Amino acid sequence: MNAKVAAKPTLNTIQAVNMALEEALRTDPNVILLGEDIADAEDGGVVGATKGLSSKFGTTRVRTTPISEQAIIGAAIGASIVGMRPVAEIMLMNFTTVAMDMIVNHAAKLRFMSGGQTHVPITIRTMTGAGFGTGGQHADYLEAWFAHTAGIKVAAPSCPADAYGLLLSCIFDDDPCLFIENMPSYWVPGPAPEAGVRIPLGRAHVLKAGTDVTLISYSRTVSDCVAVANKCEADGISAEVVDLRTVAPYDAETVLKSVAKTRRAVIVHEAVKPFGVGAEIAARINEELFGQMLAKVERVGAYFAPVPFAKPLETAFVPTQARIEAAVRATLKK
Amino acid sequence: MKQDLLPPPEVLIDIYRRMSLIKQNDERFLSTIKAGKIVAPYYSPRGQEAIPAAVSVNLADSDYICTIYRGFHDMLAKGVPVKSLWAEVAGRVTGTCKGKGGPMHITHPATGVMVTTGIVGSSMPIANGLALASQIRNEKRVTVAYFGDGASNIGAFHEALNLAAVWKLPVVFVCQNNGYGEHTRYAVATSAAHVADRAAAYQMPGVTVDGNDPLAVFAAAKTAIERARAGDGPTLLEATTFRFNGHVLGDADAYMHKGEKAAAMAHDPVPKFRAWLLEKKVSDEAGLAAVEAKISAEIDEAVEFALASASPELTELESDVFGEETYA
Repeated sequence: MNAKVAAKPTLNTIQAVNMALEEALRTDPNVILLGEDIADAEDGGVVGATKGLSSKFGTTRVRTTPISEQAIIGAAIGASIVGMRPVAEIMLMNFTTVAMDMIVNHAAKLRFMSGGQTHVPITIRTMTGAGFGTGGQHADYLEAWFAHTAGIKVAAPSCPADAYGLLLSCIFDDDPCLFIENMPSYWVPGPAPEAGVRIPLGRAHVLKAGTDVTLISYSRTVSDCVAVANKCEADGISAEVVDLRTVAPYDAETVLKSVAKTRRAVIVHEAVKPFGVGAEIAARINEELFGQMLAKVERVGAYFAPVPFAKPLETAFVPTQARIEAAVRATLKK
Repeated sequence: MKQDLLPPPEVLIDIYRRMSLIKQNDERFLSTIKAGKIVAPYYSPRGQEAIPAAVSVNLADSDYICTIYRGFHDMLAKGVPVKSLWAEVAGRVTGTCKGKGGPMHITHPATGVMVTTGIVGSSMPIANGLALASQIRNEKRVTVAYFGDGASNIGAFHEALNLAAVWKLPVVFVCQNNGYGEHTRYAVATSAAHVADRAAAYQMPGVTVDGNDPLAVFAAAKTAIERARAGDGPTLLEATTFRFNGHVLGDADAYMHKGEKAAAMAHDPVPKFRAWLLEKKVSDEAGLAAVEAKISAEIDEAVEFALASASPELTELESDVFGEETYA
């Protein structure tokens, strides 16, 4: 089911997102794009993710909006109820807070509250992540808020090919999907995806097989987990890396299968640790595998503080490879 | 008034039929809830009947509305079946939403009732999206967003009106100004003398009419709806009115000025319009009594149907959360 990845050529996540949007616009006339600065007259998005699309598909379907997050999501919701598949870009994840009523009270709940008569097939693309010195209001990972709301799906790709395949799945899913793009890793190249191949939502990807400990992550920190796993291998520690790909609903089956095998787990995310996705997964491991574990579940997340500005603080704020490695080694202490 | 903005006799009767339906339905809801036969929060629209009745006769089933928690009048005027509405308010599986939405979240796509929100100010941004889909597909549908005066002080109102104007969306924003946002008087909370004055900021027509006068509402609504349908963009239509039963059932009205409610109720728009129809000989006593009796029988049937219907099964708790139940 996974996207088949060719050895060459490579592309970055911005290109992968653009490619997925192009594919969706080309194959389904119900797909429309809404967001700030997304048309070519406004440079095709602040990082160029939508570059070329308004020129190719017209500004009726690829629409630059006012800086009005409630109006953007409201318009997406209304259009989706009557059969369109809007992709709304909320430039930065912190700006979703301005539209929380639309997302949480409406997009997430209309299917249930209408008794299944309507549904809201919208995709909200948004970027975030510490690393650019943007401080406390431009870099938060808020996925736990959305994962905590019944009715929303949350995807968080860790590489360009996954971004392509997951974004297509979000757009053609019949529920509201939040699609999280990591900003600092936008330009990191990776293997190109196979055109048109979607990656199913709710299915994790075992990136690296191992036997001693399971590292569970998503989004940018997956690459750190792989680096730590590779480093530990030299010391004879065999770490399995599970990339959730979808945070909500997450693939508990794959996670529990892996942890049942390794009997040690480390959950890593860039979001702050308290009340985070790691807490939910740790609780689930406790519910299903209590008594079988060889060590307590470790969680590695950002410090419980707003994202700081000063470079040394910002660097230390997010889970570093050193902190991930320390957590891995902690699970192996006798 | 221009001749084409005067409703013909059959439309006048239709407006009255819808007003009478809303009034009778409200009276029955109140008595049924007070009798303990139904337990539900109730935001009575009594006193505001003329507005959606006179708007809706200009709309087809295929036109959309988004309304709010005080929205039974808007739904009934748009044509939501009385039986399904009662069953939903009673929390029964035969309701519009299988009893899962309740009185604040009625949805009935067959009559164009697409969203009912319990959040002040949220009907407008979603109405824009319905209108956007119609515009892109060149369907000539019109969307009406209903809301109260309190909602005009929420950011979403301003975002939505600006976007609708920028994109010339086929939407009509109908503000039912009943003088209070929850318990706070209009002037305490609102900078503009009239909500419709705010239309100027968004370069769209802004019209204030007497919302208790069906003829005035009809004329303004017809103009706004035709404008939207022609592709000429949105209108902000403010209809001034008064709610006879306070904010929510149980509201003691202590915050209202003494005598204010009694004065408003002395000008109850439903009997007033009835008397006008008789005076102008649009209908006669027997004709209107027959309209009313038919509605009364329809409500009798709806109450019986709702109370005899089953509650939803507990399996409904986790259904309709997602399209496919993917949670492990």
